Amino acid sequence: MAELLIENVNKSFGKTDVLKDINLDIKSGEFIVFVGPSGCGKSTLLRCISGLETITSGTISIDGRVVNNMAPSKRGIAMVFQTYALYPHMTVYRNMAYSLRLMGMPKDQIDKKVRAAAEKLELTKYLDRLPKALSGGQRQRVAIGRAIVRDPKVFLFDEPLSNLDAKLRVQMRIEIAQLNDDLPDTTMVYVTHDQVEAMTLADRIVVLRDGVVEQVGSPIELYEKPQSLFVAGFIGSPQMNLLTGHNADKYRAHTVGVRAEHLRVANGDGVWSGEVMLAEDLGADSYIYIDIGADQPLVIRQDGKAKYTIGDKVSVAPRDDTHLYRFDANGRPLTQ
Amino acid sequence: MGAPAIEMAAPKPLAAAPRAPRISLGRIGVHLALFVLVALWTLPTIGLLVSSVRDADQLAVSGWWTALSAADVQEAARLPTAADQIEENGAFVLRGNLLEEDSGKTIATFGTTNATLAENQAGDAIEMRDGGFITVNADGTFEWISQTPFEHERGPRIYYVAELQPRFTIENYEEVIESNGMDRAFLNSLTLAIPATIIPIVVAAFAAYALAWMRFPGRTFLVVVIVGLLVVPLQMSLVPVLQLYNQIADAFGVEAKGYMGTWLAHTGFGLPLAIFLLRNYMVGLPKEIMESARMDGASHFKTFTTMVLPLSFPALASIAIFQFLWIWNDLLVALVFLGSQDDQTVLTKQLISLLGSYGDSWHLLTAGAFISIVVPLIVFFSLQRYFVRGLLAGSVK
Repeated sequence: MAELLIENVNKSFGKTDVLKDINLDIKSGEFIVFVGPSGCGKSTLLRCISGLETITSGTISIDGRVVNNMAPSKRGIAMVFQTYALYPHMTVYRNMAYSLRLMGMPKDQIDKKVRAAAEKLELTKYLDRLPKALSGGQRQRVAIGRAIVRDPKVFLFDEPLSNLDAKLRVQMRIEIAQLNDDLPDTTMVYVTHDQVEAMTLADRIVVLRDGVVEQVGSPIELYEKPQSLFVAGFIGSPQMNLLTGHNADKYRAHTVGVRAEHLRVANGDGVWSGEVMLAEDLGADSYIYIDIGADQPLVIRQDGKAKYTIGDKVSVAPRDDTHLYRFDANGRPLTQ
Repeated sequence: MGAPAIEMAAPKPLAAAPRAPRISLGRIGVHLALFVLVALWTLPTIGLLVSSVRDADQLAVSGWWTALSAADVQEAARLPTAADQIEENGAFVLRGNLLEEDSGKTIATFGTTNATLAENQAGDAIEMRDGGFITVNADGTFEWISQTPFEHERGPRIYYVAELQPRFTIENYEEVIESNGMDRAFLNSLTLAIPATIIPIVVAAFAAYALAWMRFPGRTFLVVVIVGLLVVPLQMSLVPVLQLYNQIADAFGVEAKGYMGTWLAHTGFGLPLAIFLLRNYMVGLPKEIMESARMDGASHFKTFTTMVLPLSFPALASIAIFQFLWIWNDLLVALVFLGSQDDQTVLTKQLISLLGSYGDSWHLLTAGAFISIVVPLIVFFSLQRYFVRGLLAGSVK
């Protein structure tokens, strides 16, 4: 019903190729997250889906209909912008009613829809306020409410939480997740550079780099089975330890990757050792950074308070072989 | 949605001790310079205002900066003939007043000839050639007493130096307002100014939107041309435009001169600046708002009317003020494009007719200037509240 099919999509701005042969099959009702470093093309891809940008070649179909040349408002989509883009001279009510008025919907129907959406987002008592009298979270909710009233098939989010403070971000993330539950037939495409948002919200994640899809899969798939060095290093915070050179010799690979929580402090049988250069206490767990003579320090995770301080000599080894990732010189995973 | 909001009370900051305001030499200097500049800027207007409430005669004699001090005038008055003498207490007396009523003058010194008018103080008695002594008082009253009857046929002159007390009055304004045709001229100016302000703004708003937010080939070139037109002096195009009007008038059998032509002329002269200013303002509006409106299904026209125009009120108000003021004060375009019938004489033209044949009726000109300022002031103060800062606050973070 709300399938989004992206086939062989290319997008160039003049001579620069921003999107290269993107192919994605997004199922109806899925919450899909585009994630990647700055400049990877995720926002451009979103804007191509929305119709704010035209595509150079390929097709985009929503619910079976090719929408390449269709106006944005006719595609059955709604977009939530990073900067909210609320209409500053209109009250919350009129902001939300705007698109419905343009559609020519009768007034009482508009009123019903707007109030229903406001109810859902707890905005009912703000309906008469102007955007400048709202807090950041409230403005974001109005932006979402504006999109909800259109009953779109596809919801597009363009980094909606980047402008919020950390606490508010957590709260809004929960609300967006609940929104996803409340609208099971609506496909949601969410762009972010924050992989915590990606991991927590997504049914599937699309990792993009330089205009190319690196990997598509569920969060756990990407976390446990990265198909490339880039994805391995991108997903997971803190970043997976990537060891090269003589540090990877033992495992006969160009690069060896092991996550911080998959390392243990060794007593004598350590693979890598060095001096602790930093110990981060986060309350529930702690991260120890060890200088093993490589470019980057080795990070190991420990439960509870940090048991080591700066200057301690520590030796670590992987917990087991299943959580050790080996990559060749091209960043492709090596099978055993 | 139901997610409970976790409210944590923020710790109250310690009250900071208030800091003393920084008074430095630099800031005093800046404020002083600002004050001087403002004073210089408003000086001519103050002078004009003072001049407009001064007595007409005084205005002709001295500048407004002396308005508060008494001026000295030298005049002469003729004494009455012998026929007016009365006899009292055995003497023959001629009495009267050298000065007119309400002249505001006081006699300081007097004399019988031009050369001697500074010799005697008011209140002194001097001997007259025709006999007797005359005492002239400061208020102008005189008493000429002689023991023998007066026989002169023509009263001699008394020359005096009088101090003119500064006199302020609003009779200049009354004279201007009541002068012939002033109210008509007022209405004519309004008839000219209002459409000639509205039309260019409407046209410019559409043009500015297209140049700011619509993509079409040649857009940049158009912008450059319009900015280039700002340079063209108005005077250069007066004759060609009037020739064009004459041709059109001949072709259609209508009058070449008239309001329609003047409205169009003012529109043409005002459009480059209006489009330039409006376009610059519209380009600064947040792109996301336009995109959001587009996603909501707004066509270019809908975006223009529902988004851009409301958000452009500050710029529209500024241009309205500029254009209105320009037209209201304009004489040249009105002279060229409007006829000379009564119903086409604007305020500026009417004020010229008040100037007098020698162009010396200063008192009328200054009063007229201030009368004609009233309407622009009303326009300015009523539109000023549309200069709202922070109109965009809250929409885009």
